[in-house]
Amino acid sequence: MKTGMEAGQLKSRSRRELLKLTPLVAAGAFLVPSWRDELLDRGVALSDWASGKVFRREHLVPTYPDSELTPLSQFEYNSYDVDEPDLDLDSWTLGVSGLVEKPGEYTLAQIQALPKTVQNTRHVCVEGWDVIANFGGVRLSTFLQHIGADPRAGYVSVECADDYYEVLDMPAALHPQSLLCYEMYGKPLERGHGAPLRFSLPTKLGYKSAKGLTKLAVTNVMKPDHRGYWEDQGYSWYAGL
Amino acid sequence: MDDAKDELTPGPETPPGAGTPDKPDEPGAAREPGQTTQPLAVEAIQVASPAAPMVPTTAVPVGKVATPAVIPAPPPAEARLGGSEVRAAYEHPWAIRFCHWLNAIALVVMIGSGLQIFTAFPSFGPKVPEKDLLQVPDAVTLGGWLEGGRHWHFTFMWVFVGTGILYLAYQFASGHYKTVLFRPRDIPGVWPMARHYFFFGPKPPVREQYNPLQKLAYTATVLFGVASVLTGLVLYQPVQFSWLAWLMGGFHLARIWHFAAMCGFLAFIPGHLLMVALHGWSNFASILTGWKKNPEYLSD
Repeated sequence: MKTGMEAGQLKSRSRRELLKLTPLVAAGAFLVPSWRDELLDRGVALSDWASGKVFRREHLVPTYPDSELTPLSQFEYNSYDVDEPDLDLDSWTLGVSGLVEKPGEYTLAQIQALPKTVQNTRHVCVEGWDVIANFGGVRLSTFLQHIGADPRAGYVSVECADDYYEVLDMPAALHPQSLLCYEMYGKPLERGHGAPLRFSLPTKLGYKSAKGLTKLAVTNVMKPDHRGYWEDQGYSWYAGL
Repeated sequence: MDDAKDELTPGPETPPGAGTPDKPDEPGAAREPGQTTQPLAVEAIQVASPAAPMVPTTAVPVGKVATPAVIPAPPPAEARLGGSEVRAAYEHPWAIRFCHWLNAIALVVMIGSGLQIFTAFPSFGPKVPEKDLLQVPDAVTLGGWLEGGRHWHFTFMWVFVGTGILYLAYQFASGHYKTVLFRPRDIPGVWPMARHYFFFGPKPPVREQYNPLQKLAYTATVLFGVASVLTGLVLYQPVQFSWLAWLMGGFHLARIWHFAAMCGFLAFIPGHLLMVALHGWSNFASILTGWKKNPEYLSD
């Protein structure tokens, strides 16, 4: 603790110490609109990168007893456009293409013939709300194996009945709790929840869990302007939980 | 920052020759125990002294930048203690000042963008039926829309966490934390200080850099910061940090704790700014320059 000193000496020292704070001026870069957008994009990219780093494929998401389920009536449809897309369920097939050994059209019966998994997991919306819901279907990893998908491929992309689309990273697609879901609460999917087939991805934010799937492709290419419906509006692509 | 340790001891205990930041062995730099000097005004001028022939006989103009040519080797102690001195304390080392300001910027961004994110679902209840808790005015939000807020939030979280870690690491490595950490021995002093501030009670004697109420407030902000970071980690990565989510009572409750931590900051900030405003320039300047002129705890 310094006690006595000359006034002039104090002033010069104070000035020197003040100058040491000049690096803080760099924060002003966020006031320049073009720099700001670039910096914020990089900041989110850094966060997404870190989020991918802490992701462990073998780490299971918590599951919950039936007593903790959110009633189906309290699970919002939350569609981007129409709650009930115009889709002929009787003639529906899932078109499979890309880096797979067995491309083609898959019927719901063919998908339902694969081993079934039922789980109570938390669905987290980017808006902040969450529900614990019951999802039934086939593991996405099982289906990918069934169609002979190249597990070294980068992405699984899907398209939906209502023009929604998503691109999912392969590690998340291969997570054991990622489902191609055709049932909720023991009943076939309602149209508003994505009949006849949807993603249920408990390691991702809700908007990755695309509904009303019509096409699925395994690919190494993600076009910058086709990363997912909300992602192309500016939302984070990785969206890991 | 080698001198940081020396500056932990309040004035009266400082041994003679404890040194200044720039000249550790400068004679007469420290006040003799019990020595009385007259605090000078901010514009105080160094007066020529017969015992210090190198000091110019003309006064240094007020506001002129002092250079080594103007202020050469300091005169002997006995020559300087006659009333030409100011008392000053180096209260905030560079790392603390740097972290304070960068963290303050980050905190404002985190609160504004956090409120923006909150407006997407301003409730802690179910989504269906949604009962909004409050309407956040646009004026206090940052980002313009949900993902805009998320962009600010997930960029400045690195700044907030980084400065927080640097601050804590510096405080503990340097021992500087002793000036500000609220400890059990500070408890008895809280009420007298609160009575003085809020109920115009008598002012308790000031013996340290921070009074017990200040220590309580500043220590609490560190806890709010730790709480907001941990709860935020759970909201951002509830699956990967599911054990932490479990400790907090689950994702849903973590969102409430995250909001509560922000409320802690919202309680602290106005009081902090009010106190800064009430205590004048010399006090405020210390968080810019590190030096506080005539701190109360050094007066006799």
